[in-house]
Amino acid sequence: MIEFKNVTKKYDNDTILDDISFTVQDGEFVVFIGESGCGKTTTLRMINRLIKPNKGNIYINGKDIADEDPVKLRRSIGYVIQQIGLFPNMTIAQNISVVPKLLKYSKEKCDEIVHDLLEMVNLPFDEYAHKYPSELSGGQQQRIGVLRALAASPPIVLMDEPFGALDPITRASLQEDMKTLQKKLKKTIIFVTHDMDEALYLADRIVFMDGGEIVQMAEPDEMLANPANNLVKSFLGERVNNGHHLELKVKDIMRTKVVAVRKSRSVAQCIKIMANRSIDSLIIKNEDETYLGMVAISDCLTAPKNQSIESLVNRDCPIVCKEDDAKTCYDKLVESKQKYCVVLDEERKTVGIVTWATVARAIAGAVWGGDE
Amino acid sequence: MTLNMVVEHLMIVCVAVIFTVLLGLPLGILAYINKKAGKVILWMVDILQTIPALALLGVIMIVFGAGKTTVIIGLVLYSLLPIVHNTYLGLTEVGPAIKDAAIGMGMSKLQRLIMVELPLAFPVIFTGIRIAAVTSIGVAVFGSFVGGGGLGSILYRGIHIQNMRLILSGTLALMVMAVVFDFGMSWIEKKMKTGMGYKN
Ligand SMILES: Nc1ncnc2c1ncn2[C@@H]1O[C@H](COP(=O)(O)OP(=O)(O)OP(=O)(O)O)[C@@H](O)[C@H]1O
Ligand SMILES: [Mg+2]
Repeated sequence: MIEFKNVTKKYDNDTILDDISFTVQDGEFVVFIGESGCGKTTTLRMINRLIKPNKGNIYINGKDIADEDPVKLRRSIGYVIQQIGLFPNMTIAQNISVVPKLLKYSKEKCDEIVHDLLEMVNLPFDEYAHKYPSELSGGQQQRIGVLRALAASPPIVLMDEPFGALDPITRASLQEDMKTLQKKLKKTIIFVTHDMDEALYLADRIVFMDGGEIVQMAEPDEMLANPANNLVKSFLGERVNNGHHLELKVKDIMRTKVVAVRKSRSVAQCIKIMANRSIDSLIIKNEDETYLGMVAISDCLTAPKNQSIESLVNRDCPIVCKEDDAKTCYDKLVESKQKYCVVLDEERKTVGIVTWATVARAIAGAVWGGDE
Repeated sequence: MTLNMVVEHLMIVCVAVIFTVLLGLPLGILAYINKKAGKVILWMVDILQTIPALALLGVIMIVFGAGKTTVIIGLVLYSLLPIVHNTYLGLTEVGPAIKDAAIGMGMSKLQRLIMVELPLAFPVIFTGIRIAAVTSIGVAVFGSFVGGGGLGSILYRGIHIQNMRLILSGTLALMVMAVVFDFGMSWIEKKMKTGMGYKN
């Protein structure tokens, strides 16, 4: 449990945080949002003592953090920043095991952690562990940034606009990963953003700040239903509840007849399958049935026929979880300009797809009634 | 000119560079860690550099007498600037996000320095060492005036007896040394940078 009690921060005579108090429960995902300069980063950086309050106290599990050794405290709190901040002189494996090494974990234990974490975000160990950060894309680097923060299993993770510098599609996929990770790991997460969609998607509770004060602290639904003031309302934009909120989930609208084949199939076999079923793309799954990506018929036709299909897999298709709001599909399709969304369950197995036609049918059903 | 003299010259330069690194690196680190001390240190190495090499050697000779020690001390003082300066600069220039991450992960000051800041600053520091080595080759020529030996004595004798061949061969040897050092160390520098995954 993290507790702020009457915390004030001043720089010279500017009051940056004005008598802030709030509590974050264990396992809660709390997102701080507000205009630039409202004090989000300042609040976050107080938790791992990168900034000291002028007045007030901060407690973690009832202990005042001012009494603790800042170095020890920081090792027990994960930290992810917008600029990623991976150490360019270290490999991915070394970057991830920084905190475990500081905590004097054994070499075997460190290796095991790196292995498990890379696995979790589908970056194969053999391919990535020994690369340097500069050899990775921005999105991959930030995935590593998140893994580095999780490496020593800290109960608390601080994230300051971690996905802010990424393109929308990469950001969406990291947000998904984050959500899946959080379901599994149940950390206490303090997350800063100024993207309301991100906040609504990820947060258990949203803290809205303005001018160094907390304007509203509420669950996403509550904030949508009752925004505290006009600024909150303007941040929420058109998403504000007007009464007829549809509770449609992805699983309610998705098509469940999908063809998925294992990545070990050959290109020729895949072409045959697509021809037999008159489809122009195929879902490819890993040996353990989890989703890997898609292949398009056009790519298959130009590739050597006896090659394994794995090399042609692309991951352009947006992914949604079957429990997500159905509107997520629409947003993702618009954003990615792809023809499908792939629907996965909690174990990352493909359970369906959503096409433009599926979305149109769902909307038609909602507008004109009748069943889809 | 004998091979002995070339070797002697190189020895003087190498010993001087080693001592300069041993002295300059800690001074550069101190300048980075403590801003107040930093100002004084950077100012002092700057001043040292403005003293003409010959004058500096003369002053040192008064204390230590003629000989190799005097030359080496002179070279060390004279080439402190590039090493101290580049150490300070290299450490200062490590990105703020990387420093922030290092602190936020819970590294102590020393751990930050050893695990992150020095490795990242090292290419810049090495450039300083290279500059120090290459200038030292030239400056060490003055060593012969204070009885330090090396290739300086060839030049000195050549000028004295107006023997063009002697002067040229001495100069050529110095130039070859400087170029070889420069190339060799530039090559190592590049290797280090690519080894760390920098893409140039
Ligand atoms: N070291 C500092 N000295 C003086 N003022 C500062 C300092 N750090 C931050 N501030 C001021 O404190 C205020 C809050 O900063 P903070 O970084 O917390 O904002 P933020 O909500 O994170 O904004 P953004 O969304 O732009 O990141 C800003 O007005 C900023 O100018
Ligand atoms: Mg900020």
